[in-house]
Amino acid sequence: MAGQTLYDKLWASHLVSSRDDGTSLIYIDRHLLHEVTSPQAFEGLRLADRRPWRIDANIATADHNVPTSLKERSAGIAGIEDNVSRIQVQTLDDNTTSFGIETFGINDVRQGIVHIIGPEQGATLPGMTVVCGDSHTATHGAFGALAHGIGTSEVEHVLATQCLIQRKMKNMQVRVEGQLGPHVTAKDIVLAIIGRIGTAGGTGYAIEFAGSAIRDLSMEGRMTICNMAIEAGARVGLVAVDQTTIDYVKGRPFAPTPEQWDAAVENWRSLVSDDDAVFDKVVTLDAAAIEPQVSWGTSPEMVVGIHDSVPDPAQATDDTTRRGITRALEYMGLHAGQKMTDIQLDRVFIGSCTNARIEDLRAAAAVVEGRQVAGSIKQAMVVPGSGLVKRQAEQEGLDQVFRDAGFEWREAGCSMCLAMNADKLGAGEHCASTSNRNFEGRQGYGGRTHLVSPAMAAAAAIAGHFVDVREFVGTPAPTRRAVGL
Amino acid sequence: MKSFVRQKGLVAPLDRANVDTDLIIPKQFLKSIKRTGFGPNLFDELRYLDEGYPGQDCANRPINPEFVLNQPRYEGASVLLARKNFGCGSSREHAPWALEDFGFRVIIAPSFADIFFNNAFKNGLLLIQLDEATVDQLFDAVDKTPGYRLDVDLVNQQILTPEGESIAFEVDAFRKYCLENGLDDIGLTLTDNSEAIREFETRHRAAQPWLFRDGAVRQA
Repeated sequence: MAGQTLYDKLWASHLVSSRDDGTSLIYIDRHLLHEVTSPQAFEGLRLADRRPWRIDANIATADHNVPTSLKERSAGIAGIEDNVSRIQVQTLDDNTTSFGIETFGINDVRQGIVHIIGPEQGATLPGMTVVCGDSHTATHGAFGALAHGIGTSEVEHVLATQCLIQRKMKNMQVRVEGQLGPHVTAKDIVLAIIGRIGTAGGTGYAIEFAGSAIRDLSMEGRMTICNMAIEAGARVGLVAVDQTTIDYVKGRPFAPTPEQWDAAVENWRSLVSDDDAVFDKVVTLDAAAIEPQVSWGTSPEMVVGIHDSVPDPAQATDDTTRRGITRALEYMGLHAGQKMTDIQLDRVFIGSCTNARIEDLRAAAAVVEGRQVAGSIKQAMVVPGSGLVKRQAEQEGLDQVFRDAGFEWREAGCSMCLAMNADKLGAGEHCASTSNRNFEGRQGYGGRTHLVSPAMAAAAAIAGHFVDVREFVGTPAPTRRAVGL
Repeated sequence: MKSFVRQKGLVAPLDRANVDTDLIIPKQFLKSIKRTGFGPNLFDELRYLDEGYPGQDCANRPINPEFVLNQPRYEGASVLLARKNFGCGSSREHAPWALEDFGFRVIIAPSFADIFFNNAFKNGLLLIQLDEATVDQLFDAVDKTPGYRLDVDLVNQQILTPEGESIAFEVDAFRKYCLENGLDDIGLTLTDNSEAIREFETRHRAAQPWLFRDGAVRQA
């Protein structure tokens, strides 16, 4: 019998029951809740007179709607100026209070984007099943946890039964071998993967990211990769457990106690795919060949290397693709053959569950230090992923580096990744964004998003247009406002 | 949840691939704490020529006459014909809520995104995956035939076309059972599996006690 993949093991260890047609009941260890996808689930529980099955499996925080300006935040929920947003955040607070669910309030230092605070608190552990009413729950798979996004009906199902009705996915392995070039990051790897397999390439699969380039990444980098598995169509992204994983988890507030630690580590060491495991599909990438990536269109698969140009619809292989490219170019205000480095920018956003961890902020600050945001940029903002990331960055002086360069330094939240709060693009504005989706209207009505790494976003902010960060950091930092880079 | 057994419905074609859930229902409408009322904002950025906001009366907004759902020939459509990877992106269940609220009961496409697929079935929508060639033929037929209706029969898992053709489709037995009977699957899980869940939980806790906090949370 062939060996098991990591996904096979996680599935087997959480299987409660199965029907003849393959429909299965899977036990859920951790459920993260936020304000946008939970109110209707709590309402459903109340209407059916049901109670949560296991309170301690749940952790809640508000992230999507919360303002990131200190002025609005300092007054707590009451300070949220947008009435509809305030009601939604208040509703989460009311629901979690009445059901007794642990909640990090909007001014708790532990508040932040759910996918940042779960790992940060040790609430995401290897071997767990983790779900949340948010597609970027795939992030937590970086810990060798089976993690995926769910809808609101499923949020209610998990609250009521501690289980989910699922069908087993197929196994895909994406191997990234070799060494990344300098300033090429996890974000570039995952964008390159999506560019290769497409936004539906992983549909129906759990993707395990493997290979030496993945093993060499920090936990932050692995989280960035798994985070965007959903942008390749896969609900689940996974990375096998190794010493990097174990070292990250140790000592975190929700991690195993010292008495439990050795047994936990012994268990976690088995969370790797067996050598003879069979994957339904294997994709291989050469890390050394990956360039810094920039998206040009309205789907994450519409991405190229920084030295490439906007594609020509005439070269598409079928009508649907050709129309898709044409429509994207029209929406983005770009033309075929245009160099990526010629795209002028209006705003820069460094943040989101993809790239708002301390390592991301360090990478951006290293590029920004001693330089100035270009005069043509209307706004450049840094939104830390959590209160704790913000505090850490401030202890390292990164906030000052950003402020000195002309960036705004904000409070934690999802912010301009999806523009549910006041942080948004205006119509027609181009944004270099470290977020995960460049869909039409995603960052604001008519807004034009380009997905990049934190280092590339930082370099673009200084130059006013996209620029290869590898060449950019080679030039000495000017002491005054940067011109003519 | 509304049950679905068999329905003959007008077909509206949405001829673009990778329709994401941001496009189906833009984020500003996700601030609602209700499950209903999303229909007027379905495909908001395609349907209207201005930016929409929650709570607004959409009756007086400027309509985009080119958008398919604004064309009189598709008024009252309950079957949406779409392209590959329909429903990709965010897990927002507001997308199926909006589709259902607008009046759709069936979506036909070559492929669907996984999370959207799950969400749709939990809201009385029937999602039918057909091969690209068949979907192409249906797009052609809809384009050429005003008032093109498909008779969708879940019980026999077939679509009957006006041309008299029968197109078979697959659906999971459990999803079919829930949809035919309009069943709430939480009730089913609790009825059929409460004991199995408790037994699993006991074994799981014994094997990996660190997964259970039992109220003992240390501070950061």
